[in-house]
Amino acid sequence: MKLFTNGSAMSVEDIPVVDFEFFARSIAEAVKSGASIVALFAVPDYGKGAARTAAELTALPTNAATEKRARLFAFLGLPTKGMIGGIAADIGSAFPSLTPKIPQAHMFEREIFENTGIVPVGHPWLKPVRKIFDYDFYSLEGGQTHEVAVGPVHAGVIEPGHFRFQCYGEEVEHLEIALGYQHRGIEKALAGGPDIRTIHFMETSAGDTTIGHATAYAMLIEALTSTQPDARAEAVRGIALELERMANHIGDLGALAGDVGYLPTKSFCGRLRGEVLNLTAEICGNRFGRGIVQPGGVGFDIDEKMATSIAARLQKIVKDTDEAVGLLWDSPSVLARFERTGMLKKETALELGLVGPAARACGIERDVRSDYPSGIYKYAAIPVATYPSGDVYARAMVRMLEYQRSASAILDVLAALPAGNTGKPASRALPARSVALSLVEGWRGKICHCAITDNRGAFLYYKIVDPSFHNWPGLAYALRGQQISDFPLCNKSFNLSYCGFDL
Amino acid sequence: MNDILAKLLPLVVALVFAPLAMGIIQKVKAFFAGRKGFPVFQMYRDLYKLMHKGIVYSRSTTWVFRLAPLLVLAVSLIAVAWLPLGGLRGLFSFQGGFIFVAYLFGLARFATLLASLDTASAFEGMGANREALFAILAEPATLLAFAALILTSGNSSLWGAISWGQESSFAEFGVVPLLALVSFFILALSENSRIPVDDPTTHLELTMIHEVMILDNSGPDLAYIEYASALKVWFYLVLMANIITAIFSISGWAQILAMFGFAFLLAGIIGVVESSIARLRMKKVPDFIGSAVAFALLALVLEGIL
Repeated sequence: MKLFTNGSAMSVEDIPVVDFEFFARSIAEAVKSGASIVALFAVPDYGKGAARTAAELTALPTNAATEKRARLFAFLGLPTKGMIGGIAADIGSAFPSLTPKIPQAHMFEREIFENTGIVPVGHPWLKPVRKIFDYDFYSLEGGQTHEVAVGPVHAGVIEPGHFRFQCYGEEVEHLEIALGYQHRGIEKALAGGPDIRTIHFMETSAGDTTIGHATAYAMLIEALTSTQPDARAEAVRGIALELERMANHIGDLGALAGDVGYLPTKSFCGRLRGEVLNLTAEICGNRFGRGIVQPGGVGFDIDEKMATSIAARLQKIVKDTDEAVGLLWDSPSVLARFERTGMLKKETALELGLVGPAARACGIERDVRSDYPSGIYKYAAIPVATYPSGDVYARAMVRMLEYQRSASAILDVLAALPAGNTGKPASRALPARSVALSLVEGWRGKICHCAITDNRGAFLYYKIVDPSFHNWPGLAYALRGQQISDFPLCNKSFNLSYCGFDL
Repeated sequence: MNDILAKLLPLVVALVFAPLAMGIIQKVKAFFAGRKGFPVFQMYRDLYKLMHKGIVYSRSTTWVFRLAPLLVLAVSLIAVAWLPLGGLRGLFSFQGGFIFVAYLFGLARFATLLASLDTASAFEGMGANREALFAILAEPATLLAFAALILTSGNSSLWGAISWGQESSFAEFGVVPLLALVSFFILALSENSRIPVDDPTTHLELTMIHEVMILDNSGPDLAYIEYASALKVWFYLVLMANIITAIFSISGWAQILAMFGFAFLLAGIIGVVESSIARLRMKKVPDFIGSAVAFALLALVLEGIL
């Protein structure tokens, strides 16, 4: 296994290609010792060293009768070492599924099956991950069981997704989540890049994680082109990323209050989320931070006057939010709803490979910012916020701790903004036959971007793993044995992205 | 002539002021949420708007679904005609009237339940299931609370049950009417689908009780149901206001004025309750309604002893 740090690039040949048995055993051993799969994907027609250009690949007939050949890449996060391990194996039209031994591979293997038609033999439940429209859902039979179908069109202004509940009375026995309604083909559209559109695809792959995905992309390009952004640019990126985290966590806490009908926190947090978004808009003119992060640096600087103003406003926001959120913990009726709702055991969370606040709320101390630090996180250590109980309360608590710690980190960085300029755009000319991988702790959790370039230095394959990809199965598990009326609350406590999953 | 006017007055007052009470509840909620809230008269406009809209019927529905809103409105109007206002008896009044009124509301609920099942929607079926369960639990509380009051007043008409105290002082009846009042307040929350039992403002179908049953209703049908809900809230507010004025031995025109004051004050209190506590977990709702039964039972037992 080739070990490298977060945000580094290497030649594709540096990733050892091993026989499948060794490949499977290495991954299983690493996972057993605490590693997690950050990306697992198959690049079609890669075997025998015959990497073609993306244009040639798309010209290939998709349903070629010939035996499909692909290279299976696996990237593992090794938190104890602070490194990422890469390993690969060439496969034919089928391979023995890793899932029975490594449950967290199950979504990745389904994705491989869906994208390439290569069959992971022995996968316990092989079905597509995104194109699940004419599919027979698992269903319960019996006198008092009933089925409830929710979505894809919902009552609120939210993204489309279909939820199929198998209930026994009010109790949910099984929940199946069908997504893919927002599939835009981003990964396919990125092949052949990078070009002028690439950054916009990144910023909109999950709109509420604009900074997170753009930062992961920028790190990747910088790794491939050996560009080192200025310290000041890194600082601005860090501030933007933490502001994004704050805005979303505060919004989520308000939404959690709203779902249990507790209005004061709901309305105050709704407003305060807007104030944080306005701080981002102060920097770049856009509330979601579009245009801040660019490969090579940042598009907008924070001058001294703006830094003072942001710091002052931020302190006010944190004070107000602490008060509004404090009401939650002071209301027994709210605690009664949050506690022991949507419980997820630590073991389950580890097996499923959950990430972000959802994992940390199960007591799992994992955070890209401290496990695989990059940018400002190399210097500004942010304490990892965890809570052991794994319920809605824990997920709310982790969110509160995180927005508070983000705020103090932002204030620290603002107080000592490094000198320097904001950097100039990195070149789009990438080295040929290279691979790069970057991890960013977005507000939902670990964002992984991985790119492989072809013979001409264009993207042959670009893989985006949004944290939601890891976490949707966690929501389905958390609902087992719960009251169906608690689903909206559990769902909100995870608050996963549909478009980030669908890509 | 004067007599007829006096009899009609409580009904007319209910028809006119019921939507205002709903406006007050939402205004108080808006205040606690730090919002301005929509105008207190908004519900009148909404009803007017709905009355001018068309109705969409789902293909799976039958005449049951079309009849239900009319039945709900008609039954609610009749029930409100029993409602006294201070010293003024309702339009109708007879011994045992409270049972008649209680089951008029039961009939309205039955119509809503059938109509919601008629839509063949999984959501609405779930809502109907919850509504039926909670109604069963609320029924003994209603009857027991009335029984305690009737034993106090010795008159089993709805008017008599809650207007016993004109000539007596609070000390004489002591705690019984107070306990019945608490019971009615809990019932007012649960029977009218308010927080902590139901959340009238939520958009989450899976958590709804009453709202989910009327998801398929539109236009004038929805207006009928909304108006009937407002009448029911008004019914409970005036019922409680009657008991309060009776406790304080207010009578005559002062009582009618005080009734208004207390009715709107109670609407405000409902708003405060809704703003200060979260919804109960669905599993815990029976416990909450059970507490209404407990208060009513306690009132009845104390009345028997004293």
